[in-house]
Amino acid sequence: MSAAQAPAAIPSPRRITWTRRTRSLARFGREYARHRAGMWGLAVLLVSIALALAAPLFISARDLSAVTAPGSPRQAPSLHFPLGTDAYGRSMVAVTIWGARISLLVGLAATVMSMVIGSLVGLLAGHFRAWVATVLMRVTDWFLVLPTLVLAAALASVLHRGVGTVIIAIGVTAWPGTARLVRAQTLTVEARPYIERARALGAGDWHIIRRHVLPNVMPVILAQTTLTVSAAVLAEATLAFLGLSDPTRVSWGTTLQLAQQVGAVSAGDWWILLPPGLAIVLIALAFTLCGRSLEAIFNPRLAAGP
Amino acid sequence: MLLTGFFLFRVLPGDPVRTITRGRPVSAVQLAQLRHAFGLDKPLAGQFGDYALRVLRGDLGTSYEYRTSVSRLIVQHLGATVYLVGTATLVAAALGLWLGARAAWRRGSLSDRLTTGLALTLWSVPTFWLGLVLIVAFGVGVGPVPGLFPTGGMNSPGVSGPLPVLADGLRHLALPCLTLIAVVYAQYLLIMRASLLDEMGADYITTARAKGLRDATVRRRHAVPNALLPAVTLVFLNLGMVVSGAVLVEAIFSWPGLGSLFFQALTVPDLPLLQGLFIFFSASVIVMNLIADLLYPVLDPRLRTA
Amino acid sequence: MSLLEITDLTVTYPSASGPVLAVRGVDLAMDEGEKLGLAGESGCGKSTLALSLLRLLPRGARVAGTIRFDGEDILTMGWGRLRAVRWAAASIVFQGAMHALNPVRSVGDQVAEPILVHEKVPKAAPRRKVAELLEQVGLAPSTARAYPHQLSGGQRQRVMIAMALACSPRLIVADEPTSALDVMIQAQILRLVDRLVTDRGISLLLISHDLSVLTSACDRLAVMYAGRIVEEGPAGQVFSDPLHPYSSALAAAYPRIGDATARRNPQGLPGDPPDPSHLPEGCSFQPRCPVALGECVRTDPPLWPAGPARRAACVHVRDSCPGAAHG
Repeated sequence: MSAAQAPAAIPSPRRITWTRRTRSLARFGREYARHRAGMWGLAVLLVSIALALAAPLFISARDLSAVTAPGSPRQAPSLHFPLGTDAYGRSMVAVTIWGARISLLVGLAATVMSMVIGSLVGLLAGHFRAWVATVLMRVTDWFLVLPTLVLAAALASVLHRGVGTVIIAIGVTAWPGTARLVRAQTLTVEARPYIERARALGAGDWHIIRRHVLPNVMPVILAQTTLTVSAAVLAEATLAFLGLSDPTRVSWGTTLQLAQQVGAVSAGDWWILLPPGLAIVLIALAFTLCGRSLEAIFNPRLAAGP
Repeated sequence: MLLTGFFLFRVLPGDPVRTITRGRPVSAVQLAQLRHAFGLDKPLAGQFGDYALRVLRGDLGTSYEYRTSVSRLIVQHLGATVYLVGTATLVAAALGLWLGARAAWRRGSLSDRLTTGLALTLWSVPTFWLGLVLIVAFGVGVGPVPGLFPTGGMNSPGVSGPLPVLADGLRHLALPCLTLIAVVYAQYLLIMRASLLDEMGADYITTARAKGLRDATVRRRHAVPNALLPAVTLVFLNLGMVVSGAVLVEAIFSWPGLGSLFFQALTVPDLPLLQGLFIFFSASVIVMNLIADLLYPVLDPRLRTA
Repeated sequence: MSLLEITDLTVTYPSASGPVLAVRGVDLAMDEGEKLGLAGESGCGKSTLALSLLRLLPRGARVAGTIRFDGEDILTMGWGRLRAVRWAAASIVFQGAMHALNPVRSVGDQVAEPILVHEKVPKAAPRRKVAELLEQVGLAPSTARAYPHQLSGGQRQRVMIAMALACSPRLIVADEPTSALDVMIQAQILRLVDRLVTDRGISLLLISHDLSVLTSACDRLAVMYAGRIVEEGPAGQVFSDPLHPYSSALAAAYPRIGDATARRNPQGLPGDPPDPSHLPEGCSFQPRCPVALGECVRTDPPLWPAGPARRAACVHVRDSCPGAAHG
């Protein structure tokens, strides 16, 4: 027991967990990198988010104001305005890049909302059996079959028009898919032997959910989140187009709505139509590809399980 | 179901009566009379009770805007919607399921990657935008290319004689149908592909190959019938998406169906009409799912009670 | 000439960490009417070997060597010829008939299918043949209308056997045909298979991890370990007098009737089967071998002759049989 014979220091539990987590994160990163489509999607997303965040640096309020717009309305593409101008004379390039801010914001916010609701419902329905689960699942199933857009549009129409409304409308209608998935995964996890052991040791409901179920359900939620963002961005565009969002905020949907209102469609002003739409397609596709790669990585692992 | 529909439209700010009488000088007494006529002065529960009873009798209320019974409006516009949506869904289902099966069977090949890539892209396209693009491209014409298809409506006035009427009708059907098919078939393709990929690893496929069957025969007679089951389930579950798409397409192309009705009701907001349409949509989706439940035992002998 | 001659068969699967050898240079031969048993633990490559006989491996697998069936090399056959050979010349009875049968088609349809493929007969013709086949395996002809989920495990296995006999093949490969069944049913099925192949003079390649099953049913026995054959010989001799340490362990795991001490003391083997992607140096059995020598880590022994119609891949065999070193 002399000092010279002191054993090598065993790292603290926190350090062990940290090392384990960073290692599995690195492993996950390597595995993700093998999916070409997912990497492409990720690249697009990073570039888009960077552009959206950096937009105020090179697009001034003057460029976006309907009153002090730099160009004349509805000009076809030219050297000065590579994508032409919109109904107010604003450069389409500026409008498209700026529109990313609202569209992405709404997409992400609505997704967060629907993921939270969906995960909560799914966890509760999976964890507590009996009538609570039955009621929750009935409600979920019913919401699942409803036409989401119809519901969202109806909801948004009765509330005050604006960005917040759109977020709420999407958030409230997109959660059933997640709930179903989370519930299925919760049931799978809770059927595993170590949950039984945890209960026998006296673990309460909250503890089981937090320490055991949640970490195992997270991958599913993550993959589903990415796919939901894609749908949310599409939904935002649609609702804005239907006139349910705030027309003074520039988003891809409102740009298109404006275009239709001023008759750009019937006049064939394709340069007003294409950029916002293509941007939507690009972003939605990027999120979808990432989501599918995540699913591919997580699913076989979930099937195995500890 | 009724509960949600009812409360959705009742629990909202904005006085419906004021909306109708907007812009017209109306005395307080008349307002009160109108309120009474519409039953808005009774407590909420009472209103719901009334409503429920009326719905059971087939009376869905009276539209604010049109002043005719909602039921009658629905019936009037039903035919056009069924015509468009029915055609589109059938084609989309046939196309999507067939291409999805082919893609799965040739997984990883160039044709698979192209088909799946195209489907993923089309799935990320906002329906209304695709409609607009098609209108501009084929309806209005871009640059020197003239518009080939009409930009809206179901028929042109002033066309007579069976053959010209048929041709005209088809020309009008083409673009909206194409839009709807494009977005819906992508969903079906992805579902069928995933389902068939799941089946392809099964042991009975190896048995079938060992028997000396051609690859195409194995796919057709063994893999696909088994893959159809989960695929069909998901197809029916996603009917809500088809309804949403139909609403948008009808709105864009001024197709005189339930979708346009809904779109116009949104702008007012015409509450009884919205409520009635919402209930109708939900009911039809539920009915379709019930039909699906009847269909499954036909497809899967394991579900037939011996 | 032998009915089946496998020469230096090697099967490689692609994997995330590089190619994995599932079968490493297997030589095997079977005569007409012979019953050969193939024994080994899970993962040793037995099923891969069985599937490769009819080129049924998944797309990424690479196969090298030759498999001669009745003189023709299966691995280089044209596609059309291969399809003709499948089932009509050699058929397979798979393990776990619940999943090996199509759940949405009737059993009768599935038994009739190979007949319709290989013989140009009208659609309704096989019905009588199907009824005959079902009777021969001990099932009522009315079973033809049933679906797989309506039958018991034993019944499904009988259907698989009837199906395998449908085109009167010359060779039947039975891959773990009884593993998923109760012991009583196992015995029934084995007796049935034995009777059917003997009556018709069909060659049988019986694959199992259960040595006791193989010994009673087969003329000759081959033991497989880590993708290679490690011993081969007449069934009774291999079981009662194994030459390779692995065969000894396998045989000792099953208690013998009449041997009182064995009944209470079945011998297990420590350790796990090797990971095919990380095979040990030298002899692949050496980490678990109770009689390993120093040189076992350096050399991977080939199959040395060890008596009439016997071979074993162990240095002890080489040392104990003079002249074997030149084998």
